[in-house]
Amino acid sequence: MEDQEIIKEFLIESSENLARLDQEMVELEQRPKDGGLLASIFRTIHTIKGTCGFLGFGKLEKITHVGENLLSQVRNGERDLTPHLVSLILEMVDAIKLELQAIESTGGESDSSREDLRIRLERACQQGAPGEASQPEEVPAAKAAAVEPPVAVKALEPASATAEAPVPRAAEGEAAARHSSVADSTIRVDVGLLDKLMNLVGELVLARNQILQFSARQEDATFNATSQRLNLITTQLQEGVMKTRMQPIGMVWNKLPRVVRDLATSCGKQIQLEMDGAETELDKSIIEAIKDPLTHLVRNCCDHGIELPDIRVRNHKPAHGRLSLRAFHEGGQVNIEIIDDGAGIDPEKVKKKALQKGLFRPEQLERMSEREAIHLIFQPGFSTAEQVTNISGRGVGMDVVKTNIEKIGGTVDLASRAGQGTTVKIKIPLTLAIIPGLVVMSGNERFVIPQVSLLELVRLEGEQGRRMIERIHGTPVYRRRGNLLPIAYLNEVLRLPGSGEGRDVINIVVLQAEDRQFGLVVDGIHDTQEIVVKPLGKQLKGLSCYAGATIMGDGKVALILDVLGIGLKSGVLSESRESQRTDSQVRDSDRDRQTLLLFRSGEYERLAVPLSLVARLEEFPRTKIERASGRAVVQYRGQILPLVPLAGVLGSHSMDLDERDPVQVIVFSDGDRRIGILVDQIVDIVEDVVVARQNASTPGLLGSAVVGEKVTDFLDLRAVIDHGGEWSGNDRSSAGKVTVMVAESSHFARGLVRHYLEMAGHRVVEGASVQDALDKLQRNRVDVVAVSLDLAGGGGAQLVERMRKVSGAGRTPVVALTDEAGGGNDNAAAAVARVFDDFQGKFDREAMLRSVERLASALAAGESLTETGLTRGVVR
Amino acid sequence: MQNHAFVDSNAAEHASHQYATFFVNDLFFGIEVLQVQEVLRYQEMTKVPLSPQVIEGLINLRGQIVTAIDMRRRLKLAPRDSSETPMNMVVRSEDGAVSLLVDEIGDVLSVRRDDYEHAPENTSRELREMITGVYKLEGKLLLVLDTERVLQAQAEA
Repeated sequence: MEDQEIIKEFLIESSENLARLDQEMVELEQRPKDGGLLASIFRTIHTIKGTCGFLGFGKLEKITHVGENLLSQVRNGERDLTPHLVSLILEMVDAIKLELQAIESTGGESDSSREDLRIRLERACQQGAPGEASQPEEVPAAKAAAVEPPVAVKALEPASATAEAPVPRAAEGEAAARHSSVADSTIRVDVGLLDKLMNLVGELVLARNQILQFSARQEDATFNATSQRLNLITTQLQEGVMKTRMQPIGMVWNKLPRVVRDLATSCGKQIQLEMDGAETELDKSIIEAIKDPLTHLVRNCCDHGIELPDIRVRNHKPAHGRLSLRAFHEGGQVNIEIIDDGAGIDPEKVKKKALQKGLFRPEQLERMSEREAIHLIFQPGFSTAEQVTNISGRGVGMDVVKTNIEKIGGTVDLASRAGQGTTVKIKIPLTLAIIPGLVVMSGNERFVIPQVSLLELVRLEGEQGRRMIERIHGTPVYRRRGNLLPIAYLNEVLRLPGSGEGRDVINIVVLQAEDRQFGLVVDGIHDTQEIVVKPLGKQLKGLSCYAGATIMGDGKVALILDVLGIGLKSGVLSESRESQRTDSQVRDSDRDRQTLLLFRSGEYERLAVPLSLVARLEEFPRTKIERASGRAVVQYRGQILPLVPLAGVLGSHSMDLDERDPVQVIVFSDGDRRIGILVDQIVDIVEDVVVARQNASTPGLLGSAVVGEKVTDFLDLRAVIDHGGEWSGNDRSSAGKVTVMVAESSHFARGLVRHYLEMAGHRVVEGASVQDALDKLQRNRVDVVAVSLDLAGGGGAQLVERMRKVSGAGRTPVVALTDEAGGGNDNAAAAVARVFDDFQGKFDREAMLRSVERLASALAAGESLTETGLTRGVVR
Repeated sequence: MQNHAFVDSNAAEHASHQYATFFVNDLFFGIEVLQVQEVLRYQEMTKVPLSPQVIEGLINLRGQIVTAIDMRRRLKLAPRDSSETPMNMVVRSEDGAVSLLVDEIGDVLSVRRDDYEHAPENTSRELREMITGVYKLEGKLLLVLDTERVLQAQAEA
C-alpha cells in the first residue's frame, strides 16, 4: 500500500525532473562549460538512480548508474561533451521515460532489457576514461551546438516539450493513447501563492459579510438571491483554498514502514509497525516541520526502545516488538502518539548519564522525580545509548526534536515505564495560520483568546457570586472545585476603563499557561470563531500581552491575547508558581530566585524579608497587646511574644501602635525562640530574581533592590531585633553551632547571608574585603569561611590562597558563594572545586546552611585531631 | 476607502525627486513618493492597550493589519483637535506597511536637488531627529521626513 504511494511520488517527481533534463541537455550543448547546468543534470540522474535502487527497479538503476558515471567524467573535466555523448545521454533519458511509463501502467519495469543501450553507454564510458585517446569524431563543443541531435528529437514527448523546443514528436504509440498520467493530474504550486490566495479569500469573506448585512435590509428578491449565492460560493471557496494547504499525515508516515523495516533488519530486531489515523490532515507547513522529528522519534524507538528478540522472550514479551503510530484530532489540535512496547526509559540510567555528562549535580538529580528524570533526555547533548550506533545516539536528537516541535507551537510529552515501553505524545496545531479562538469583551474592546489555552468558563451572578471571589492580602482568588485559582482582571492588566468589581455578572475565563492555571475576568464573552492569525508590526512586538491580531467579521481588527504574557503581566503566574513548587521540584532557574514577603510600614511602602525566615503571619486585636518591662508583648501559643514596632525602628512617624486594630504581625522564629514585628500591612508574597542592589544608610534596612519591577527595601532583621529586645523563649544553646566568616563585599548580600546563618543559630563574623577578612580571621576563631567569588581586593580565590599561607588557617573549610545557583558552567565549577571545599548560591538558604553545617561537622569529627587542634590554635 | 492618485506632469523625468507632501500642525513634510504605498481617509481603528503613546491603533488595510502612528505625538506636537480627523499616509517599510496619521495631505511635488539643505541646527531636537533635510521651495520649506527613523524609534519606545 505505502509502496504504491512512494512510487507515485517518485513518478511525479521523476517526470518533472526529466522534462527539465531534456531542456537542460540542449542548453548544455550550447554552453558545455556551465558547471551549474551539469551539476543539475547529474543530480537528476543521481536521484533517479538512488530511488530506483531503493524501490528495487534494478534495470533502471543499472542504466542510470552508467549514465551517472559518464556524466561524472564530463563533470570532472576528464572528457568533453560531444554531440555523440549528448545523444547517448538523451537516449538514456528516453529509456528512463519509457521505463517510468511501464512502471506506471504495470507497476513494474518493461520487458525489454535495454541491454544494448547499457552496453553502448558503458563503452562510451570506457572510451572517455582518463588516459585514452579522444574519439576521432569528437568535435569542439561550440560547433556541436549547430548540429541537431537527431535522437533527442525523436524522443521528446508532448507532455514534457517546453516552449523552447516544440519538436515534432515521433510516436511511441502506447504513450500517446494515454491522456492523463499521474504526473498530469497534479501540479506543484508555490506555497507563497497559496498564502496570497488565502489572504484574498479572507478579504472576500469580509466583503461577503458586508453584502449580506446590506442585503438583509433590502427588499429586492433578485439581489437577495444573488447574495445568498455569493455567500455559498465564498464559503466553498474558503474551504477549498484552506484544503489546498492541507495534507494527510500519511504523507510523512508512508516512508516509515521502510525505515522501520531496514532498521529492524540491521539491528537484528523484529518490529511490527501499526499506523492509525494516516488520513488526519495537517497544514503543509506543519507536515514539513514534523517530518524530521517524527522520523527521528521512530528511529529512536527502533534503536533504543525495542529490545532484541531473545531479550524480549526472556522478559516474557512476544519476540515481535510493536511500534504503533496514532494520529487524531482533538480540541483543535492534532495529536500524534508514538508508542512502543520496548524496554522503556530507566530513570536511574538517565540520571547517571546526566551526572556523567556534567549536566546536573548529584543533589539536583536526587530531588528529581521519575518523570522529570525521563524528561532529561530532552536536554541538549544527551544520549543514553551505551554505544553510538550509526542509526541514532550521537547526542543530537531529542533536544532537536523538542525544539522543532515547539517552534511550530506544539508540545512533546513523554511517558515511560521501565520494561513496558515508552509513549511519546506530540500535540501540534492544525495549522499555523487559522486557530479557533474565544472572543471576549473588556473595556469596550474585543479580544480573542486562543482556544488552546482555554480550560473552562465560569459565570458568577449577583451578590453571592461576587463573594465567591475572595482575597488573600489583596490578591483575588476563586475556589474552583476545592483549589484556589488566582484571578486577574483583564481591564486592570490592560489598563482599560471599567472596574473589575461591582458587577452583577462576573465572567471568569479559566486559562492554562504552560503548566499553570489562572482565571481571567472579562466583561463579556462572545462566541468562538476560527480566526486568521496575523502578526503585529515591529512597533508592537515588544508587548508581551498579545500574540498577534486578527480581522473580525465586521472588518475590524481585534487583538489576540498571549495567555502567558497576560498571566505574567498581571502577576498571577509568578505567585501561583510558589504553590506549584510544592509538588514539583525546584527548577534549576528558580534557585537564584528568592521568595520574599512584601509589607508596608509607615512611609516605607515596599519592604521585604525573605519568606524563608518568616515563621507565621498573625493578626492580633489591639486589646491583646500587653506591656512587659515597658515593651509591647502578646501572649502567643503559651509564650510571651515580644513585639517590635517596625515604624519605631525605621524612624517613620506615621504609624502608631494604638491606631490600628487589629495589628499585623510577622512572627520570626528559630527553634522555640520567637519575635514579632509589627507592620502596617502585608502586601504580597512574590518570587523574583533580586537585581540592582543598593546599600542603605538607614539603620534597620539592609539596602534596596528591584523586586517585581519595583524598588523594594530589604529589612535588616538583626538590627530590628537588636532594637526591639530579646527573643522570647529559651535562648538556643550555642553548643554545636559554628562560627562562620562571611566574606562578601556587598553589604546587602552580606546582610542576607548573615541573616540566614544567624537565624540558624550560627555566629557570624563579617569581612568586607580580602584584607579585612584576613585581619578578622587572625582575631577570631572561625570554623567555616563563606566567601564570595567576587570579593573586593582580589576575589575569593585570592583570599583562600592568602589564608592558607599567611594566617596558617590552612584547613579551615571554605564555601564559595556564587551569584547564580550552583552548577551553571561546568568549567567554572571545576575551577571552583579545586580551590574551595564547596560552593553554593548566595541566596539558596537551605543549601548554604547544609553546606556550612556539613563542613563544620566534618571538621569537628576531624580526620586528624592534631591538625584540627593546630588550626584552631593558630587562628585562635 | 478612497485612494488619492498622485498625478504629476513631470513624473517620468524626476522620478527620484518627487515628494508626497502632508501637513502636521502647519509643518510641511515630504516623503519620497516611491516610499508611499497609498493615502487613505480616516479609518476606524482598534486601540492597542499598553502600547506606546504614539501608536494610535491598528487598521485593516485589505486584510493586512497596519499599525497607525500619530505624527503629532511622534513629533511631540500639540494634540489634534477632537473635531479633526487625521488622514492615513501608508508608507512601505521593511516590516510591511505602516500608516502615518497626518493632518492634511498635500500635492506631489517635484523638487530640484539644488534647493536641498541639511536641517538647520536651531530646529528643535525632536524635529531634527525625524528629518533628513529641507527643500527651500518658493514661499515655504519642505521638510524631508526620515521615515525609517520615524518607524524605528517606535520599536524602542
